[in-house]
Amino acid sequence: MAKGKYDLRVYPGFRAITLLCLVILYSPLIVVMAYSFNASPSITNWEGLSLRWYADVFTGPESAKFKAAARNSFVIALIAATVATAIATLSATAILRGGKFRLRTVSFGLISLPLMVPEIVTAVATLIFFNAIGFDRGLLTILLAHITFCIPFAYLPISARMQGIEATYEQAAMDLYATKRQAFTRVLLPLMAPGIVSGFILAFIVSLDDFIITNFVKGAGVETLPTAIFGAVKQGIKPNIMAISTMLLGVSVVMVTLSWLISRKDRKT
Amino acid sequence: MTSKTNDAIEVRNAVKRYGDFTALKRVSLTISDNEFFTLLGPSGCGKTTLLRMIAGFEDVTEGGIFLFGEEIEGLPPHKRPINTVFQNYALFPHMTVLDNVGFGLEMLGKSKSEARKRAGEVLEMVQLSQFSARKPSQLSGGQQQRVALARALAPRPKVLLLDEPLSALDLKLRKAMQIELKHLQKETGITFIFVTHDQEEALTMSDRVAVMSAGEVQQLGDARDIYERPRNMFVADFIGETNLLEVTVDRIEAGRAACHLGGGHRLTCDAVDGIGAGAKVHMSLRPERLFLSSAPTESESLKARVRENIFIGTDISTILDLDDGPEFRVRASNSSRGTSRVFEPGTEVFVNMEQGAARLLVD
Repeated sequence: MAKGKYDLRVYPGFRAITLLCLVILYSPLIVVMAYSFNASPSITNWEGLSLRWYADVFTGPESAKFKAAARNSFVIALIAATVATAIATLSATAILRGGKFRLRTVSFGLISLPLMVPEIVTAVATLIFFNAIGFDRGLLTILLAHITFCIPFAYLPISARMQGIEATYEQAAMDLYATKRQAFTRVLLPLMAPGIVSGFILAFIVSLDDFIITNFVKGAGVETLPTAIFGAVKQGIKPNIMAISTMLLGVSVVMVTLSWLISRKDRKT
Repeated sequence: MTSKTNDAIEVRNAVKRYGDFTALKRVSLTISDNEFFTLLGPSGCGKTTLLRMIAGFEDVTEGGIFLFGEEIEGLPPHKRPINTVFQNYALFPHMTVLDNVGFGLEMLGKSKSEARKRAGEVLEMVQLSQFSARKPSQLSGGQQQRVALARALAPRPKVLLLDEPLSALDLKLRKAMQIELKHLQKETGITFIFVTHDQEEALTMSDRVAVMSAGEVQQLGDARDIYERPRNMFVADFIGETNLLEVTVDRIEAGRAACHLGGGHRLTCDAVDGIGAGAKVHMSLRPERLFLSSAPTESESLKARVRENIFIGTDISTILDLDDGPEFRVRASNSSRGTSRVFEPGTEVFVNMEQGAARLLVD
């Protein structure tokens, strides 16, 4: 079938369109990555290869600001992804394994709806909410907001995985004298692990790179990496921003690769 | 009810309803200890529902289920000393074969080493010792099937439930497993309740068979009973091949019923309780109990014309047109004796009955 008449490659212009898409998608990233290694302080003139802007990120005049922002970002992403993954795992278990209960479809809708709501709306609403209950803005408000919007991202891969696990596995476990809890921990949870890891990684990346909501709910003086970068860019783009962006890209690539490797290993066994 | 009895399972007036749909209509049956019992029926007849009720995965709408005289309704599956071999095996993919088989014992609170020791013994019993370190996905379908069996047998259940466990295997392996299952049952002395839609499988393995249809037990008996003395149309038609003829009973005399077909042919067979003179009922004629001849061998031989002969390996099946009657099938074994009774298409022949070929059926 690979070379049959349904082979996409026979359509005229297939190769050209594919190339165009790839160029549009990746050329900005490649430009940023290339210029992060530029020796020049200019962002348009190439003066030779150098790591000076990477050094600048860690030791330059703005390094303290960036380090604090990076620490905030990673701590928030780690906690938010962990909590969101735990909540998503329990929700998926309840919605997919709780039998038929009223509001089951509604529950599923409610948990995935935030993905469809424009982020700016969520941001404004979250800000208004914190104001209304008199919650001081700071790291904690960022964390709470991140946990909330990470849940649907963690939920999707977890529930997708769980849907692929037949209920007979748990029935077999219970038939073999396992209690409901043991069937969950000994059978369902290990089978769900690849979905849980994917959910965690997705939530982590989404939290790490969130700007709009964070910008609304962060307190004065508290920055995450995206808001710190935005703040720096407002005073003009310097190549150190490109170095930071390249490193962030690296983190994302590593995590996505990790997630892929885990799911591949799972498929082999 | 706490008195100990010798009945492994008693299903008493069990009803199962899903909303408006009744999956099981007041079923009562008793399964003895150490019996190989089969629930046989087409899909949707309620056999799997009944099995799942015994396992504890479905509750009983009305009535009760008793295990050695003790009511088990209300007990969750993990508190019933009953294990199941699932149709799709449901082996835990993340555990080795040995851990799969030892799982039940571990859940019963046995130590890991004890569970493994017993698991090893059971794997030996199903000849899979050399695969104990593998994952289920590394085994063939037949091997997985045996692991599922070993896993369910390892905790020494009082009753073993088997939900169409052989349906995914190819014919040869299935036949081998039928014999092996039968031997395992005798060896372990555990009561087996086997669910299948394959009548040949049911007849081969079972001590007793309950034929089910539309949520009811149509007939319960040993293989010979069910095959040779089907009680009604459904059982006669479902088990094996048969000719169903509409007959009118003329009179009953000395345990024999004299009947006639629409075309006026006369036939006599054993009388059956509940069918009296004047009744219009169906008669079942097993094709392998009929034989053809060029001249009538008895007064009741039916005149017919050969339409077609079909070669099916062990047998030759002949399709006949009865004079003023329906289509008819006769089987002759593919042996020198059998083939001497096969005639060319178009030939006028006579259909003769062996003792017990005909059976009157309650509709």
